[in-house]
Amino acid sequence: MAKTTELLSETASQTAGPYVHIGLSPNAAGFDIYDKELGADIAGPNAKGQRIRVEGTVWDGQGESVKDVLIEIWQPNSDGNFAHSDAVEDAFRGWGRVISDFDTGAWGFDTVRPGASGQEAPHLNLWIVARGINVGLHTRMYFPDDSDAHLTDPVLNNLDHDQRATLVAAGDATSDLATYRFDIRLQGDAETVFFDI
Amino acid sequence: MTNTPKQVDPLNPRDWSRQPPAYWPDYKTTRARSPQRKLVRLAGSMSETTGPIFNHDDLGANDWDLLTNFAAPGECPIGPRILVHGRVLDEDARPVSGALVECWQANAGGRYRHKNDTYLAPIDPNFGGCGRTLTGIDGTYRFRTVQPGAYPWPNGPNTWRPAHIHFSIFGHSFAHRLITQCYFEGDPFIPHCAIVQSIPSQDAVDGLIARLDLEETIPHDTVAYRFDIVLRGRTATPFENQLEWT
Ligand SMILES: [Fe+3]
Repeated sequence: MAKTTELLSETASQTAGPYVHIGLSPNAAGFDIYDKELGADIAGPNAKGQRIRVEGTVWDGQGESVKDVLIEIWQPNSDGNFAHSDAVEDAFRGWGRVISDFDTGAWGFDTVRPGASGQEAPHLNLWIVARGINVGLHTRMYFPDDSDAHLTDPVLNNLDHDQRATLVAAGDATSDLATYRFDIRLQGDAETVFFDI
Repeated sequence: MTNTPKQVDPLNPRDWSRQPPAYWPDYKTTRARSPQRKLVRLAGSMSETTGPIFNHDDLGANDWDLLTNFAAPGECPIGPRILVHGRVLDEDARPVSGALVECWQANAGGRYRHKNDTYLAPIDPNFGGCGRTLTGIDGTYRFRTVQPGAYPWPNGPNTWRPAHIHFSIFGHSFAHRLITQCYFEGDPFIPHCAIVQSIPSQDAVDGLIARLDLEETIPHDTVAYRFDIVLRGRTATPFENQLEWT
């Protein structure tokens, strides 16, 4: 594959450590410092589309929940457009941060259901950091109600059946606030697929 | 940097010979938290090559200054006053402007302002321990703060982290996301730290060590350290197997 000539090399990653909240979510660390914390609203109340909630837990190889995890979310709006340009409504940022409960490891966030972008079926992009994770982990969450679109998704099609299953949330869109469950497994038979992007 | 559509070319593949492996048993927590399967390579679609735009409206004017952003009026945190500054560049040495740079650190005694930190060194009432800024058009950033202290951590019977500042950098795309740590030139704990030593390249370790910068030092006031950050570059030629960019 073609590559430009590089003069420099990417800076090495290091773990976010157990106190990542101080920097990225100080209210959770226990103090109030910034007027506005970043990443609180993925999709404001005036964003278009169907409101959804996503809940989950990150599990380690010993079946323990990861209680210090921070996850970033990046997604297109309900039309499938990303907020990297002006092509989306003001109320939609498409990016957010969520942290787990320090006692249980459970996390959850509200957003709108993303539209399809290009050939890809609708999905959320997730980036996971915590103590013990040396390089942040990229994964995707797909929706269980899109099984037809999954058949033509180029990323899912590159995976075998069991791997693919780790990227599809559970739940459905029938209730008023559609709630999906997405558990992420760092190790084990059902280890989630993580991407080298 | 405001309201400018970002480049959406795919990124250069990551050079894993310079990144710490997921499983590094000397750093005990990685044992149960490291994926065991190979990462699945994605050339990157819009999902990965795009990213949010950060504006100066997102930040407070004083967020970059850890000496004053949490201190009571007229007060100052305890510890050596330092300036940590540098540039965010890509692998082609082009400045990355408008990157969100966030940092967090322990206070001069090695204690974090975090409800889960119970180290016996005291909390400094005038030190929050976090800052954030956007890089300028030339990729530059700076933080004014105090030199963080080393602290013990429960990785072994007598294990200490070298003094460090945690850095989070958000470049122009979601695939650029990077968290790292900045160490300080001459710190004797660096060669003994399992987290640092998980990096398989000495050159890459050296890249995490801030250098004393006498030119930027403010006489009778503040010691300066230089810490440059490199994000991946963009491939000029699309991958053969690229997904559709819309
Ligand atoms: Fe630390």
